[in-house]
Amino acid sequence: MKLLVKGGKIIDPANNFSKAADILVVGGKISAVGQNLCADGAEIIDAQGKLVCPGFIDMHVHLREPGLEAKETIASGTRAAARGGFTGVACMPNTKPVVDSQALVEFIKSRAAAQGVVNVYPIGAITKGSAGGELAEIGDMKLAGAVAVSDDGHPVTNSQVMRLAMEYTKMFDLPVISHCEDLDLVADGVMNEGYYSTVYGLKGISRAAEEVMVARDIMLAELTGARLHIAHISTAGSVELVRMAKKKGLKVSAEATPHHFALTDEVVGSYDTSTKVNPPLRGTDDVKAVKEGLRDGTIDVIATDHAPHAVEEKDVEYNYAPFGIVGLETAVGLAFRELVNPGILSIEELVRKMSCSPARILGLNKGHLGVGADADITLIDPDRQEIIDVNKFASKGKNSPFGGWKLTGLPVATIVGGRVVMRDRELVL
Amino acid sequence: MGLNRKDLLGVKDLTVDEIRLILETAGPMKDIIGRQIKKVPTLRGKTVINLFYEPSTRTRTSFELAGKYMSADTINISTSTSSVVKGETLKDTAKTLEVMGADVVVIRHAAAGAPHILSKHLSAAVINAGDGFHEHPTQALLDMFTIKEKKGSISGLKVAIVGDILHSRVARSNIWGLTKMGAEVRVVGPSTLIPPEVEKLGVTTFTSLEEGLRDTDVIMVLRIQLERQQKGLFPTIREYARHYGVTAERVRLARPDALVMHPGPINRGVEIAPEVADGIQAVINEQVTNGVAVRMALLYLLAGGGNPHEAIS
Ligand SMILES: [Zn+2]
Repeated sequence: MKLLVKGGKIIDPANNFSKAADILVVGGKISAVGQNLCADGAEIIDAQGKLVCPGFIDMHVHLREPGLEAKETIASGTRAAARGGFTGVACMPNTKPVVDSQALVEFIKSRAAAQGVVNVYPIGAITKGSAGGELAEIGDMKLAGAVAVSDDGHPVTNSQVMRLAMEYTKMFDLPVISHCEDLDLVADGVMNEGYYSTVYGLKGISRAAEEVMVARDIMLAELTGARLHIAHISTAGSVELVRMAKKKGLKVSAEATPHHFALTDEVVGSYDTSTKVNPPLRGTDDVKAVKEGLRDGTIDVIATDHAPHAVEEKDVEYNYAPFGIVGLETAVGLAFRELVNPGILSIEELVRKMSCSPARILGLNKGHLGVGADADITLIDPDRQEIIDVNKFASKGKNSPFGGWKLTGLPVATIVGGRVVMRDRELVL
Repeated sequence: MGLNRKDLLGVKDLTVDEIRLILETAGPMKDIIGRQIKKVPTLRGKTVINLFYEPSTRTRTSFELAGKYMSADTINISTSTSSVVKGETLKDTAKTLEVMGADVVVIRHAAAGAPHILSKHLSAAVINAGDGFHEHPTQALLDMFTIKEKKGSISGLKVAIVGDILHSRVARSNIWGLTKMGAEVRVVGPSTLIPPEVEKLGVTTFTSLEEGLRDTDVIMVLRIQLERQQKGLFPTIREYARHYGVTAERVRLARPDALVMHPGPINRGVEIAPEVADGIQAVINEQVTNGVAVRMALLYLLAGGGNPHEAIS
């Protein structure tokens, strides 16, 4: 099996390489990078005018399997990933049951091998059942292939448990991914606290609800020396806390979602439950700070927090709807619209945030296109335009507030281990 | 002319002209209520459904009377009797009502935005009778009608809204309406019950009741829900009453002809002293009467249209 990606511009920041060249793939690995490569019998991908990037990795995805298959499955979620230009996803453990054991990590890996169309990297729970009490068998999960631990969606309230989790996880060189929310402060809030929560009559979630936990976890990371990754950072205050932590030299990284840099809380006024997300959409100043954090390197990663829900679950009153936005199939286009096209990020910087950095944080030998590397490749057409139609999503979840948005700059091919799984915006399976 | 809109979801979206039209239409409606035979045929053959997901005898009865005085067929659906308890979604309920051919659906719901969902799935007119902490437009309109009736005009008046502003849809709707009509609105309450950035709505905030009431023309007292104390928003009902209870002594800080209003039901001795609730400055009972008149006006404008004077002739 040979594949020749011909005539594109290669964006390979890990190797400091940004120029037009061909890539030859043999046996799932990159075997040559150079001008005017040719190979007899190779499948040719015409990459003229396209950006050829190391495969994008979304390190924050909810695949919902096992147990919540009405929302998403490993099969449907990885198809959505392929359609969105991602060659790999790290999946959160808040399934039913919670992924807190070696057996469950193995289940995900075997299901992904059988039915997945992109690479799947399981994230194990921090505590048993993500209940915030006893530590899960993190060592066993690491042996089974877990790339990180997180109690995403059920933040660890007990600071001593979090401290022990960091100390224990450090031995295995796994990052602890923290969904930072003080649940007492969140109470039963459903949107950002501020002018718009006042106007719309919905209970607010203060920025402090996130920031006190970001601050706590940074202090615990300093105490323990553990690797801390802050998930879906949403406020200006959180960005500043991470900036300070990095200045101190702590092993702290952070991610931001496209919805948190593309939307503000004003949109909640439609009472459209696809705008209901956790942490909530924030204000204009927060969006500005998140973009600045992405620009100056405070925020390392763009991750989607892809959180599919069944249509009927979201088709209810705002207060009663579950939190979550699907993100896999809109992420690249939104990053172009909000970051690349306005000049906030160069294409190289975007590739770092969607490929190199997630690979580094999760300890994956991915995110680069040198000879010998796995042939995980994302092709982007920076001029390609599309009006988002949620009904075309491969994801089971249609809960996106971006339906009808016109995006410019979209993934046009996804290659996983030398196999083309998406081409010209359509899945190839 | 009628109202050039399908629904009444909030005062925020109303123009000054629309508010004027509603208040002007409510005048002749009030005359009907004063008659021996309180019945006009205006809405004969029209169906008004009161869909109440929260108990509220007061508002529901007011809408029911408003419909009946105008000869509409009124039907009440409340949570205890509807399929809501069986888990039917609001969307499905809306579709059912659509098929049944309701002309107006009045909805009261604990969740903000519920009337908006209903409106999306119904061709009938939807009237918001209170949604979460969001809006209670008919209450604000009846309050404005009452103020206008007593004071002649709303413009230039100083109005203090006192109490739990944070959780009050009555406060929000009144803030939108009164500021649109040119009143100077103050909100008064403990800082834990003042919504964030409320000043951006064009009001001034006071945590001292004495300062907030000084020289006001209207004192609008809100009902305090006892559960707010249980959630820790203030220490005790006793302390709340001491600091924020509208007493006769405090009323004297306002203008001598100030009106005292309350949307009811009243917690006597908590947010309002009995002698104030029953005093000569109180217009609480008139608010109830005016509520029926304003709701008649709205049913008429949304379901009937045409000239209000024809309506009662
Ligand atoms: Zn999360």
